[in-house]
Amino acid sequence: MEPVSTIDGRAIPFGRKNVDTDVIIPAHWLKGTTRDGMGQGAFEALRKDPGNLFDSAEFKGSPILIAGDNFGCGSSREHAAWALMDLGIKAVIAPSFSDIFSGNAFKNGILTVVLPQEAIDRLMEVAQTDPVHIDLEAQSVTTPFQDRFAFEIDPFRKHCLMSGLDEVGLTLERQDAIGAFEARVREARPFLAKGTAVAA
Amino acid sequence: MANQTPRTLYEKIWDAHEVERRDDGTSLLYIDRHLVHEVTSPQAFEGLRAAGRKVRRPDLTLAVPDHNLPTTARLDDAGHKLPIADPESAAQLAALEVNAPAAGIRYIGATDIAQGIVHVVGPEQGFSLPGATIVCGDSHTACHGGIGALAFGIGTSEVEHVLATQTLQLKRSKTMEVRVEGELGPGVSAKDVVLHITGVLGAAGGTGHVIEYTGPVIRGLTIEGRLTVSNMAIEHGARAGLIAPDEKTFAYVKGRPFAPTGADWDAAVAWWKSLATDPGATYDRVVVIDAADIAPSVTWGTSPEDVLPITGVIPAPESFADPSKQEAARKSLDYMGLEPGQRMTDVEVQNVFIGSCTNSRIEDLRAAAAVLKGRKKAANVRWAIVVPGSGLVKHQAEEEGLDKVFIEAGLEWREPGCSACLAMNPDKVPAGERCASTSNRNFVGRQGPGARTHLVSPAMAAAAAVTGKLTDVRELALLEA
Repeated sequence: MEPVSTIDGRAIPFGRKNVDTDVIIPAHWLKGTTRDGMGQGAFEALRKDPGNLFDSAEFKGSPILIAGDNFGCGSSREHAAWALMDLGIKAVIAPSFSDIFSGNAFKNGILTVVLPQEAIDRLMEVAQTDPVHIDLEAQSVTTPFQDRFAFEIDPFRKHCLMSGLDEVGLTLERQDAIGAFEARVREARPFLAKGTAVAA
Repeated sequence: MANQTPRTLYEKIWDAHEVERRDDGTSLLYIDRHLVHEVTSPQAFEGLRAAGRKVRRPDLTLAVPDHNLPTTARLDDAGHKLPIADPESAAQLAALEVNAPAAGIRYIGATDIAQGIVHVVGPEQGFSLPGATIVCGDSHTACHGGIGALAFGIGTSEVEHVLATQTLQLKRSKTMEVRVEGELGPGVSAKDVVLHITGVLGAAGGTGHVIEYTGPVIRGLTIEGRLTVSNMAIEHGARAGLIAPDEKTFAYVKGRPFAPTGADWDAAVAWWKSLATDPGATYDRVVVIDAADIAPSVTWGTSPEDVLPITGVIPAPESFADPSKQEAARKSLDYMGLEPGQRMTDVEVQNVFIGSCTNSRIEDLRAAAAVLKGRKKAANVRWAIVVPGSGLVKHQAEEEGLDKVFIEAGLEWREPGCSACLAMNPDKVPAGERCASTSNRNFVGRQGPGARTHLVSPAMAAAAAVTGKLTDVRELALLEA
């Protein structure tokens, strides 16, 4: 995964509360075989409106999304994170996120930034005309107007994002421990170690 | 081992699979068995390819298609494979057919007699074992807890994580015991037990917990019945369900294709016997249910917690204390086209679905056939299908002549798959129509846009097919004496 350090650019002033994953990516997009191309289905219903923010000349391809409370609620579909990624979004700023969505976002290298509603209100205002800057190392969101909002993030998640370590990469660093465990199982409970290898 | 503290079944299985534990309480948990189907795996395989990673233990992984497969004939008269009409479904199925063998993973194809719903296939093949950790990219993986495995559903990134590392990074869940005391009445099945439990606990009642189902009623269930109960653990919010393995479990597992043999078998049984919850071990929460309170059950709303005995009447939204539940009930009744005060037994159905990972095993089909034998489906029942959980279940049912009972009653006898449980293949319930369904979810649109689902047991679904409305299988003397 690409390491994340700073994210710079225009932020889509979306602002809605309780955006569920059905809104982010409708169910009929779950029949695909790749993570790619799901941006086409992202916010499909909202984007039927020709005046929508996501396709506007000003915000198309913006790396940051600003939303309201409880972003990503509902179904656990990881396709929601893939859809945002494909749309070019690298960070979502909101007052709160659903647990499952923030986990899925993290596993895909999308930074979820939790800020209080007052900060969101100010960023929504700035985003209309100017870019926003996120610094993961400093844990801050800043604007060209001297605004500076600090945010909290789980240290483990921060480490993973900054090192570009996906969870798989991180666990693969523990291969020796996994191998040692497998050796113990082969000894103590060989029937668990055999899987489909027992049958001809 | 220096474990003097009494432990629950869950804790024993967890401890036996902990590779290591980090300071923040996250454990690296070893996964013994990984079941893979076509919907949640393609992106995981793609992720591995993109990162140049390999499947660590293809021998601990088993792949089978189920969600997208049409349940109509798969071969023409000449024995050639019939094409799948929906191009997206066809592409997803084709991806698994390529991805699994390319990674060295055993793949059970659509025309193999062993093919079926992933949660029917795992135990049936002896791939799922008691005491094992089992995952699958599907929330009904809890099913395998019925044979005493710690089994739960995972997302696609986790599927990729397990393929690459055979582990997951997890935190330990809380424990809950749901003890079912007493004895089940006639016409009351495992499905009624789990629907009743879901009604008592609520759809989020088990959140953060792994539930162990205990007590004489659970012990008295067959393995098929236990799989049905554990299957729906997720419908009351639990991470997983568990039922301690016993002699019935060992007899069920023995001799299956991937089950241990010889000295391995003896060692396995000895270990399985040691897994039962120790006397004196404590659970974070205990819920006791009296079997006398469990009637043949049916759902009236759009959440699996909306459960009533078949003798019940539709509740008024105002009867719920919680204002948000009142609002949800109003929306549910509107979607379901039902009125408060209406008797459940007055509700007509146009569709009957007997199948799904909850109720498609041989015992389920026998229970439905016992009701349907010598009877016909009602004229107002437009569509009634029976979908066996696997090719082997189908074969067994045909050996017993059950297929003829269904066909003579006017029901369709189909090929194995997930079918009308979820609207991902051609088997759908039309908008505005009702279905008495043996599946596990009555969500809005679950069986098709606008479809109205009433969850019931196989015997109750069969009774509804005969009368054309939701029916108390006891009252109409539909049960064999």
